[in-house]
Amino acid sequence: MKAKHQRLTLALLALGAVVVAGLLALSALKDQAAFFYAPSDVRRDGLPLGRAVRLGGMVEGGSVKRAADGITVHFVVTDGQATTPVVFAGIVPDLFREKSGVVAEGQFQPNGSFVASNLLAKHDEKYMPPEMAGKMHETKTLEPDAKP
Amino acid sequence: MIAEAGLAALWFAGALAALQLVMAAIGIARDRDDVAAAVRPVAIVQGLLALLAMALLIELFLGSDMSVKLVVENSHSAKPWLYKFAGAWGNHEGSMLLWVTILGLAGGAVAIFERSLPERTLTATLGAQATIALGFYAFLLFSSNPFARLNPAAADGLGLNPLLQDPGLAFHPPTLYTGYVGLSVAFSFAVGALVTRDVGPAFAKAMRPWVLIAWIFLTLGITAGSYWAYYELGWGGWWFWDPVENASLMPWLAATALLHSVTVLATRDGLRAWTIMLAVVAFSMSMIGTFLVRSGILTSVHAFAVDPERGAFILALLAIYIGGALALFAARIGTVRAGTTFDPVSREGGLVANNLLLSVILGVVLIGTLYPIVAASFDVQLSVGPPFFNKAAGPIALLLVAVMAVGPLLRWRRDDAKAVLGRVMLPIGATLVAAIALLFVWPGVLPWAGLSLAAGLAVASVAPLWKRNLKRTPLFTYGMVIAHLGIAVSLAGMASDSAFTQETLVAVRTGEPARVGPYTVTLDGISPVIGENWSALEARLTATRGSSERILRPQLRFFANPPTSTNESAILTVLDGQLYTVLGQPDGQGRWQLRLWWKPFVTLIWFGGVLIALGGMLSLLGRVRRERRTAMRTQWA
Repeated sequence: MKAKHQRLTLALLALGAVVVAGLLALSALKDQAAFFYAPSDVRRDGLPLGRAVRLGGMVEGGSVKRAADGITVHFVVTDGQATTPVVFAGIVPDLFREKSGVVAEGQFQPNGSFVASNLLAKHDEKYMPPEMAGKMHETKTLEPDAKP
Repeated sequence: MIAEAGLAALWFAGALAALQLVMAAIGIARDRDDVAAAVRPVAIVQGLLALLAMALLIELFLGSDMSVKLVVENSHSAKPWLYKFAGAWGNHEGSMLLWVTILGLAGGAVAIFERSLPERTLTATLGAQATIALGFYAFLLFSSNPFARLNPAAADGLGLNPLLQDPGLAFHPPTLYTGYVGLSVAFSFAVGALVTRDVGPAFAKAMRPWVLIAWIFLTLGITAGSYWAYYELGWGGWWFWDPVENASLMPWLAATALLHSVTVLATRDGLRAWTIMLAVVAFSMSMIGTFLVRSGILTSVHAFAVDPERGAFILALLAIYIGGALALFAARIGTVRAGTTFDPVSREGGLVANNLLLSVILGVVLIGTLYPIVAASFDVQLSVGPPFFNKAAGPIALLLVAVMAVGPLLRWRRDDAKAVLGRVMLPIGATLVAAIALLFVWPGVLPWAGLSLAAGLAVASVAPLWKRNLKRTPLFTYGMVIAHLGIAVSLAGMASDSAFTQETLVAVRTGEPARVGPYTVTLDGISPVIGENWSALEARLTATRGSSERILRPQLRFFANPPTSTNESAILTVLDGQLYTVLGQPDGQGRWQLRLWWKPFVTLIWFGGVLIALGGMLSLLGRVRRERRTAMRTQWA
């Protein structure tokens, strides 16, 4: 094989690799990307069942209840217009509190509740999840008191 | 005065970078050797001035100078010494200054140590390095000045994010940055070679040590960062596919590909255009990573501030540098003649497969990382996490491991497929034995394939030493063997952790035992402890396994500045794994939450990472030694 031909073959192979990477990534993204929902999105668009999503909003005041096992936590996430009950088993993050922002990773249940596998709260007092900041602007009725 | 001196040093360094660029341009365009000869000293002084600015910033943090805005916003006088020191780069401006300092020092190091590159190409290389530096000096001076004063001065600072108050902060960022920014040298070498149209084995041999150094530091930095996240976050995970982690992984993938293709260019004079391309891509990935982390479009411990102007600035720099290098590549690559050819079944063929697979993984990670940002600009909010990356990149990575096992057993230029099959029988056998044995404990598809392939790779990676005179085997062959073995070890750790980890989450009273893996963990009591700038509730846990009894003390730590609490995990490391314990909240009825993990062989992940870096070091040492010996021989001949 001539050097020129080999170079062409290699270039085509490299191009092929990039295309394969793109196709692979896009096909996997289709069913693996976790979309972000606020409670009112769910009320409007219906429940996204059977896939991992993120639910974001404020923890409603007075809604946090610990179950008898000492591990499971029930609370309600609100965005000022709608609410979603959430259940989570685990150690809640340091800055998880009532009337403060939270993002829950997990799945919606057919009855409209949300089972969280992970909770994300602020890293420190300066931190607010960017999705949250966006959502909070949308719902002006709610005062984001999580902001310093 | 210190702040002003620091700012002045930065301005001088920036001016020298401009001078360095102009002199390099004149030296090359006008063939003025006298001007070109001055580029080296300018590059050295530029690097030293940047270092001086960094040293002065550290001095400001150590002295808690509360008239400097950056110190006020990110430090506190009651902070321990180490975190004042390392806190200098635990913020946006300081970390960018560290970035630029390493960029300047890398250029200076090239100016001092690089003697094998033709003088013209070296001048062009230093010119390219100055061009990059110029943009980032401008970024620092115009939009991220670390030395800005605060008038009136504050009484005390706001403090450093407690998650960063860990010895890891002193080690992880400088190491990672040395690797990350060290890749700029490869980028500048590529640009320099394109400018002088001098791409060949000699160029590759000169570039290789620089790529190796950057890659070693990058490997160590990623390994350290992974272990830091593992014990500090208290989530029991060692890699979260966080965009910031991906930002360090992408340059590593590109640099790994580059490391292998540059060997083909140095040894066999093949893959010329491809190697140049990879050198450009590798540092481009570093810059994209910097953009992702420093622009504020991501939220994480690493993204310190949100400021759209900064994001736009870095994006513009990115466009100029990556676009410029690619344009130069497109314009010049036609004049670089194709290198020598090789058979598909050959060492070169194996390395091409390595490069293609690494590129595919890089592409997948890049798309997954950028997708949420692209989606956000269409007002769709989503996140891409472990399920995506594991599913899309995992299988390709395993395929790469298979190639990695076979590659080093192939001969250069041409090999006989049948003979190769004979050589890989033993590794294949090891893989099959492991695969069948694991069927009895079925760990899930990916971990099963991972563990089996790790067994095969472990055998295959030491195979190049088989039947060789171990004393006469060159050091860089040992380097390759150890680095590949490191991958096998690390892979085994990852697969074992994801397959066999056991987790227990309980609320217990004092004296009440909980079981996890082979351990029984009992809460003996909770007591308050006071640290230098924190207070904590500390649990005393007794972990028993058979007759051995060990004490662990996880804490719930409270910081006053800024007011935050963290879960400090306590980890017991034994030969066959780690017991990882986290103390949670009290439930108000006398019980405390405990989260316990038993992670068999998880330490292999980082041990493998260190082995990989060690392999790189041996390889570097071997190469440098051989080059020196060859240089001496030609001198004497």
